[in-house]
Amino acid sequence: MRRVVVIGAGPAGMAAAREAAAHGVEVVLIDAAAKLGGQYHRQDALEPGDRFGSPVAPGSAEAALPEVEHVADATVWAIEPIDGGHRVHLRIGPADGPSRQGRAVEARAIVLATGAYDRALPFPGWDLPGVVTVGAAQALAKGQGVAVGDRVVVGGTGPFLLPAAVSLIRAGARVVEVAEANAAVTGWLTSPRGALAGWSKSGELARYAAALVRRRVPYRSRTAVVEAHGSEVVESVTLARLDARWTPIPGSERRVQADAVAVGFGFTPQSELALATRCRVSDGFVVVDAAQGTTAPGVFAAGELTGIGGADLAAAEGAVAGAAAAKYVGAAVEPPLRAMARVRSGRRFAAALAAAYPVRAGWHDWLRDDTIVCRCEEITKAALFRAVDDRDVGAARSLKLVSGVGLGLCQGRVCGQNAAELAGVDGTGFAKRPIASPVRLAELAEEEPIESPIDAEESGSPLGVEY
Amino acid sequence: MRVRFEGEEIEVEAGQTVAGVLLSKGIRSWRTTRGADRPRGLFCGIGVCFDCLVRVNGVPDVRACQRVVADGDDIRTQTGVELPS
Ligand SMILES: Cc1cc2nc3c(=O)[nH]c(=O)nc-3n(C[C@H](O)[C@H](O)[C@H](O)COP(=O)(O)OP(=O)(O)OC[C@H]3O[C@@H](n4cnc5c(N)ncnc54)[C@H](O)[C@@H]3O)c2cc1C
Ligand code: FES
Repeated sequence: MRRVVVIGAGPAGMAAAREAAAHGVEVVLIDAAAKLGGQYHRQDALEPGDRFGSPVAPGSAEAALPEVEHVADATVWAIEPIDGGHRVHLRIGPADGPSRQGRAVEARAIVLATGAYDRALPFPGWDLPGVVTVGAAQALAKGQGVAVGDRVVVGGTGPFLLPAAVSLIRAGARVVEVAEANAAVTGWLTSPRGALAGWSKSGELARYAAALVRRRVPYRSRTAVVEAHGSEVVESVTLARLDARWTPIPGSERRVQADAVAVGFGFTPQSELALATRCRVSDGFVVVDAAQGTTAPGVFAAGELTGIGGADLAAAEGAVAGAAAAKYVGAAVEPPLRAMARVRSGRRFAAALAAAYPVRAGWHDWLRDDTIVCRCEEITKAALFRAVDDRDVGAARSLKLVSGVGLGLCQGRVCGQNAAELAGVDGTGFAKRPIASPVRLAELAEEEPIESPIDAEESGSPLGVEY
Repeated sequence: MRVRFEGEEIEVEAGQTVAGVLLSKGIRSWRTTRGADRPRGLFCGIGVCFDCLVRVNGVPDVRACQRVVADGDDIRTQTGVELPS
């Protein structure tokens, strides 16, 4: 069976599916959402139909992804190795519903394209309703047409603050201010000699910046939201100027009325499925070769899972991964040299971007003793430090056990990296989770139909091109 | 299409998520934490943080940002987290 399973239907996964299908292999494209597109191409969920084609009629004339079976509303919660490939376990149906249907799909090659989620840094009051991530504000605005508040402060670092602010305005919110903790993003947008000159996203970002200027939305660099105030929901926030380390400059605090705050400090890759398939991960990102192959045989990875570089880079990586996966299952494939060239240039910009918008350690000073670090288990900074002082904590696993941080339902996705940084330990262990997405006990006990066991057909070789 | 939130009827559209419905009605907080009884609502918006849990048709621990509403859904606030169940 020449089958490739692609997990995640964002720019990376869609490109991988399209490319693999173009080489005549059977493709199963799985995504938790109802529609194709992932984060960047998130569609309005209230509009009927799917802009990327009719997913239920693979191969039909209007389908943009021919010969691809799109399994929507499907969460992959585990992947297990089997002889000659992997078995992918999914639950299909209403999110977190007990009546979801189980299914298991086997394939010799899988492409992981699970994307990333916003990194949020803690500050006093960050657990109040009304404080959300910029990605949440963006997803709600684009997908649901709803603004997360009426008067919203957007804060954090990196170019992604700009499209999120513009989406909020389009959804009807007043954006009170955009606070960039590093130097202004708009600076390098207008610099033709800057490290990011020629980056495919520059034009798009310049348009967002211009839209904010037109609306007279103040955009301040070296500034952050350092506290949210309110009893039941956010009522106001304190913004402060930051020094080069991100320590708030005393006396620079300003109180601003707002009923919502959207914060984002870059992205964290959604790496649990990669770890489950034993791919090597470095600094949180999945390590891949020039053909997007991971260190696990038959497992390819593409998109933000392998590094943060925007939708174009994700799509280019997806195309390479799709071709490589098709070749791996035995299709005749020429090396996709153009996509590989786009990947290389995209990665250069991604590296420049990461260098320009780092997270700096001064954020530790935003916290007070009673500031929550782990939102699920409600563990404060003081409690975390007490646990670390009491025992000798050398790694994320023991940090989890002694402090309780990361033991809640999010399994450390939100707090893991922050807690590890505060405690001074390596945080990779936080991403190791036995189950990628929670399933109910009754669901675990259920039998699921397994499709097309892998036959012992000739085994393809990976796309071994050098550059 | 209609759903109920804490017993009150709300008119909804196909494709809306529970979080989308509640936020569009100005409802920001719909869960309290087990420890300090603190209010919670939407946070990550994409199914990662588990802050936004609600009870739908009697079943707890449903992520409001991920669950698409169905006609007649009975949506309720919840305290803490009940998984595993
Ligand atoms: C909330 C959010 C909003 C964003 N909005 C924008 C934007 O408007 N503009 C912009 O330039 N950049 C945006 N970004 C940055 C964006 O991540 C990238 O530019 C781009 O979408 C990355 O593409 P990708 O294919 O790697 O991953 P994504 O687009 O993130 O796609 C990953 C897909 O994998 C699916 N998935 C993950 N795990 C599983 C699983 N276990 N089972 C089933 N499906 C799974 C998800 O449902 C998702 O659809 C956003 C990021 C986030 C987190
Ligand atoms: S808001 Fe994070 S899971 Fe719903």
